[in-house]
Amino acid sequence: MRAEKTITTRLAVNGQPVAVEVEPRTLLVHALREGLDLTSVHIGCDTSQCGACTVLLDGRAVKSCSLLAVQAEGRAVMTVEGLAADGELHPIQRAFVEHHGLQCGFCTPGMILTSLDLLARHPRPDEKTVRRALRGNLCRCTGYQPIVDSVLAAAAELAKEGRR
Amino acid sequence: MIPAPTDYVRPGALEEALEALVEPEARALAGGQSLIPAMKLRLARPSLLVDLDQLDLRSIVSEAGEVRIGALATWDALSSAPVLLRPELVAVAECASGIGDLQVRNRGTLGGGLAHADPASDMPAVALALGARLALRRQGEERELPLSDFYLGPFATALRPGELIVEVRLPMPPPGSGSAYVSVEHPASGFALAGACALLLPDGSARVAVTGVAGKPFLLPQGADPGDALAQVDILGDHLAPPTYRRHLALVCCQRALERARARAEGGGRE
Repeated sequence: MRAEKTITTRLAVNGQPVAVEVEPRTLLVHALREGLDLTSVHIGCDTSQCGACTVLLDGRAVKSCSLLAVQAEGRAVMTVEGLAADGELHPIQRAFVEHHGLQCGFCTPGMILTSLDLLARHPRPDEKTVRRALRGNLCRCTGYQPIVDSVLAAAAELAKEGRR
Repeated sequence: MIPAPTDYVRPGALEEALEALVEPEARALAGGQSLIPAMKLRLARPSLLVDLDQLDLRSIVSEAGEVRIGALATWDALSSAPVLLRPELVAVAECASGIGDLQVRNRGTLGGGLAHADPASDMPAVALALGARLALRRQGEERELPLSDFYLGPFATALRPGELIVEVRLPMPPPGSGSAYVSVEHPASGFALAGACALLLPDGSARVAVTGVAGKPFLLPQGADPGDALAQVDILGDHLAPPTYRRHLALVCCQRALERARARAEGGGRE
């Protein structure tokens, strides 16, 4: 075993450049939660099954419990804290509220960020595509249907607004 | 769960990475979707992680009768690469698009997945059926190995210390061929209880490879009836599926993969 030394890792988080001092073994989820106080990034299973720790890395959904913080060097990380602009919820956040896409809310940040990755590639997905995309995100409350409804509604809303 | 302490380097060039990998307990880090979970469980305790992220090993090139895929190409990239959507090679995209979940496919890589050698991993069956060859590098050395010589057993491969898969080479099957991958997944883990890939050639012959049912993926003998061939194999049994059931699933996967490959060969890509 080696002496634990830290590495300065520079990345952009929710649009802001940050530098974090991390050990090589530090997981991204811990750097975000404990180093940057971004507690929307939830630790559910800690075994890469549940998707509650999902964040966007350069726009792609990844599980931050299966990624080292040092691997995010030079990249852009997005968490749900970065979604609302000027105090106004992002359309996908609004859709989750309006369509009862959450009950306890634990899985919601991961659901939303995985959905954003999907919608960036498939702006108007069908239900089957949404269900397939959310396979790596577990919810123990809703039975999934309201989540799927929320994502479909968000897709329609984003298409109407001409953004993704 | 927190990995044991380790050192970390992110080399900018392949030569530097190979030099770093000379350290006995060093491990190459590609997408990390198998290695990092293993480190969290402390099943893996590398002294040094050599992050391959900056290396230029992601391209998918079709040239001179073969497709060369960089070892760092992600499952996601393989799912949509145009050359891998042709009927001869579509088993690759079909298989890649079903691995793990969206988040895992965004990170997980072909080279990492093949080297991890999980006996329930999907892609080894596809790469075997398609006759893949691996381009391997270690410091001062370069060799090519057929994938059929690569797997030794569960999580064991012919990789030498410090050696890295840099490229996977697939011979382009003749026009009029068709390929398919079919698996039965465990509903919770998503890993294959059984999976089979078939490549059907225009002369009517087929190459069939099976994964998930034994200590390593394997090719069925050329021309053999899948049922007869599987009867000769020592099939794995566990709490998820006893050997008789797994053998049955493997046979069904072989038959369905052959049917689908045939339909693709005859349809010339139209389905």
